[in-house]
Amino acid sequence: MELLSLSAVELGKAIKEGRTTAVEAMEAVLSQIEKSEEVLHCYITINKKKALNKAAEVQRRIDAKELTGPLAGVPMAVKDNLCTEGMLTTCASAILANYVPTYSAEAVSRLEKAGAVIVGKTNMDEFAMGSTTETSAYGVTRNPHHREHVPGGSSGGSAAAVAAGECFFALGSDTGGSIRQPASHCGVVGMKPTYGTVSRYGLVAYGSSLDQVGPLCKTVEDCAVILQTIAVPDTKDATQIAREDTDFTSALKKDVRGMRIGIPGDYIGLSPRKHGDLSSKEHGEENCQEYSHGERGIGIDSQVRESVLRAAKILMEQGAVVEEFDLDLVEYAIPVYYTIAAAEASSNLERFDGIKYGFRAGAKGLHEMYKKTRSQGFGQEVKKRIMLGSYVLSSGYYDAYYLKALRVKAMIKKAFEQAFAKYDCILGPVAPTTAPKLGESLTDPMKMYLGDIYTISVNLAGLPAISVPCGSDSRGLPIGLQLIGDCFQEKKLLQAAYTYEKCRS
Amino acid sequence: MAKEYETVIGLEVHVELATKTKIFCGCSTEFGGRPNSHTCPVCTGMPGTLPVLNKKVLEHAVAVGLATHCEITRYCKFDRKNYFYPDNPQNYQVSQLYLPICQNGYVEIEMTGRDNEDALSQGQREETFTRKIGIHEIHMEEDAGKLFHDHGKDYSLVDYNRSGVPLIEIVSEPHMHSAEEVIAYLEKLRLIIQYLGASDCKLQEGSMRADVNLSVRKVGTKELGTRTEMKNLGSFRAISRAIASERERQIELLEAGKMVTQETRRWDEAKETSYVMRTKEDARDYRYFPDPDLVPIVVSEEFLEEIRSRQPEFCAEKRKRYQREYDIPQYDIDIITNSKHMADIFEATVALGGEPKKVSNWLMGETLRLLKENGLAPEDIRFSPEHLAKLIAMTEKRVINTTVAKEVFEKMFLEDIDPEVYVAERGLSMVSDEGALRRVIEEVIASNQQSVQDYHNGKDRAMGFLVGQTMKAMKGKADPAAVNHLLKELL
Repeated sequence: MELLSLSAVELGKAIKEGRTTAVEAMEAVLSQIEKSEEVLHCYITINKKKALNKAAEVQRRIDAKELTGPLAGVPMAVKDNLCTEGMLTTCASAILANYVPTYSAEAVSRLEKAGAVIVGKTNMDEFAMGSTTETSAYGVTRNPHHREHVPGGSSGGSAAAVAAGECFFALGSDTGGSIRQPASHCGVVGMKPTYGTVSRYGLVAYGSSLDQVGPLCKTVEDCAVILQTIAVPDTKDATQIAREDTDFTSALKKDVRGMRIGIPGDYIGLSPRKHGDLSSKEHGEENCQEYSHGERGIGIDSQVRESVLRAAKILMEQGAVVEEFDLDLVEYAIPVYYTIAAAEASSNLERFDGIKYGFRAGAKGLHEMYKKTRSQGFGQEVKKRIMLGSYVLSSGYYDAYYLKALRVKAMIKKAFEQAFAKYDCILGPVAPTTAPKLGESLTDPMKMYLGDIYTISVNLAGLPAISVPCGSDSRGLPIGLQLIGDCFQEKKLLQAAYTYEKCRS
Repeated sequence: MAKEYETVIGLEVHVELATKTKIFCGCSTEFGGRPNSHTCPVCTGMPGTLPVLNKKVLEHAVAVGLATHCEITRYCKFDRKNYFYPDNPQNYQVSQLYLPICQNGYVEIEMTGRDNEDALSQGQREETFTRKIGIHEIHMEEDAGKLFHDHGKDYSLVDYNRSGVPLIEIVSEPHMHSAEEVIAYLEKLRLIIQYLGASDCKLQEGSMRADVNLSVRKVGTKELGTRTEMKNLGSFRAISRAIASERERQIELLEAGKMVTQETRRWDEAKETSYVMRTKEDARDYRYFPDPDLVPIVVSEEFLEEIRSRQPEFCAEKRKRYQREYDIPQYDIDIITNSKHMADIFEATVALGGEPKKVSNWLMGETLRLLKENGLAPEDIRFSPEHLAKLIAMTEKRVINTTVAKEVFEKMFLEDIDPEVYVAERGLSMVSDEGALRRVIEEVIASNQQSVQDYHNGKDRAMGFLVGQTMKAMKGKADPAAVNHLLKELL
């Protein structure tokens, strides 16, 4: 049995049925790490001995029938901004180079209770600020599909580890696309749940009102199972909602008959006013070129567009009603996001001051210590966002920037509400292009920021969205399909994604 | 010259709420304890932790707001106040700026005498009159930790036991004009909050702290002068002195043709002077914004109703009721009701059968004496009403005499012993048994022939001496009436 080709759920089943063991699974993952990690660098921390010991302990509990869940014995990776008790948690920052938490994040604890075993902590953009995993203080991660390209970000290490077989699934966090975009770039499934579905307790905060923890995995089924395991009411997070509809696996049905799916013309670069059945339209190469340089669907790659529309067609063939519509305010999502996320980050990151934990620079007095610690401890991108955030919250600017951004955020949410009055889900690309080359984005930050255009508004509106692989470009770089649902409608997304996944193969 | 100036004062009062646990985590709020022993990842600002509001804090804040005639903000939020200082583990304090829980209230204070205009406007010719002191807002926030600076060391230490202890800040309008009014206002707040059980309000221990905002202006002018804020006022005495000193300082500046600068000053009680902490120029930009980790609080009608229904009988109502129900002097009523705790003990003891006058006597006499001797406040009284009721019953039933009762009471005051058990164990019961008494008195008469002689010669003092000797021989436990009676008979 080729263990690494199994999905997390398939592996869990094989372990449960005694066809393999948690230890064998961990050994398979570790030997894959042995082969590919030196080049890919998916992880910041790997503790092989601890992982094997834990796998053996879990296997004993499986044998004793104490652990019977679908994820028992399955090796998982954890993004390095989720706290793990007794295990280094750096947020890919030099300022937390030596930080070992005294407690585990709620999502991590839930999975460990279900018998999943931590392989290690994955690389990411520093404090989740970035879209390529290149802002990490611990080196870049390479895309397993093409090593000259980035894996996306900020959960790039998690996505690459899943794609490379260096774990069976991973946890990531998504503030503006940080799960969906790397999932798309690495050809895996990634989901950002409705804000408040998964406890944020133990997730080192970036933009608190936007952050959500979610899975990166091989299949839609894995996604449903993992989400079901971590979407548990937690009184330690005041922003979490106690949901009772978390039987997500019940949505794994190959059926989209009658499902209403809308494609925002603004996302895909279609004619703005033409609504109706897609099958009656021509989507020629020329047309596409025209729009990709026009105002709408800014910078969308033609191959990405074609793959996404092909996916829409498959769903339509399965009985979904697919039509094009106008989703307003898309162009405002990026400035609103960078105002709100940076504002929250500037405050959230104040605690990293060299006093209590983490890196401390040598200095004479308190204020010099603060300055040196933070100047040396944080990377460029983080400092840029702290400054931006401090600026928009300053007295005299608060109303003009922060408050205005909150108002536009509310308008964006309303635009989605109107769309969901008509559609069960919204379909579009995850990112306008496939994974960029290493180094490309850092020289053109505006391009990197614009790359988040399709994912960011989802966080602003607190919606759930899933990224599912839908093909590759000519260089073999994966393309992701994004399905966006109304609040608490993960099941619809899972059902549509599951149907698509089954029909594509 | 100074008389031409009017002082205008507003107060910011911080009150530590009497909750068992902290405002955003389950750690104990108990005072003291080994440094950092009452802490957890949340109140030490560990990465990834989140605050969850302690509902008790909201209940206390709303209760104080209702008792001070405030409007309760039905949709309120917490904001972050950002500033770097090591006593604050997150480098922001969770507080309320934009939508504080209570707004636009007032308390009434009673003043005597001098403010004739006000007295006249109240339709009273002299003596007491009532003033309304406006409350601008009350907001909820968290306390910070405590820093320890060791002289000669190149480091400081921080204790986060106080970090996250719940506070309310009561911000008054600038409606006060003298130290007397300020103290009356603080006393009134203290009384209200103690009655609510929301805090013990001890200035000395820091569970109530007041910052004084003060400006002066020429009498008759309407505009406010430039104000300063005075911090570090640890007692009513310090507040009075700081007000006098700051008023004088500002008047001197103005008289010398200088301007008062808006600044924060620190009172030095030992030197009886203040010095500048921060001027307006180096005022911090706190970059306040709504805390995204805490959801907005929606105060429902049911919640308000529940708090309203739990509001206690406040001091003024209690005084009126005491006048109706108990035959005790007004002076006693005032003293007893000035402390919720003492009033509770009084009422509970009466409910257990203690005669109001007797209960009041114990409180007004021995209790106040012992409090004073031990440097304690009425809130520190530890003996239970049950024990006081027993003690009163024992004296009434003549089980012990008053001398013994006082001795037992002192023990009770210090250790809350059960007087019945104590008296039984030590055999302190009064001896009125004739046989036993007769034997002792016969001995006293036999060994004090001179006094017996004196008595028969009509010297009254001899009788007292003989009674004293008998009591001494009985170790104070004899029934004085029986001793007198028997002595006369045997002589």
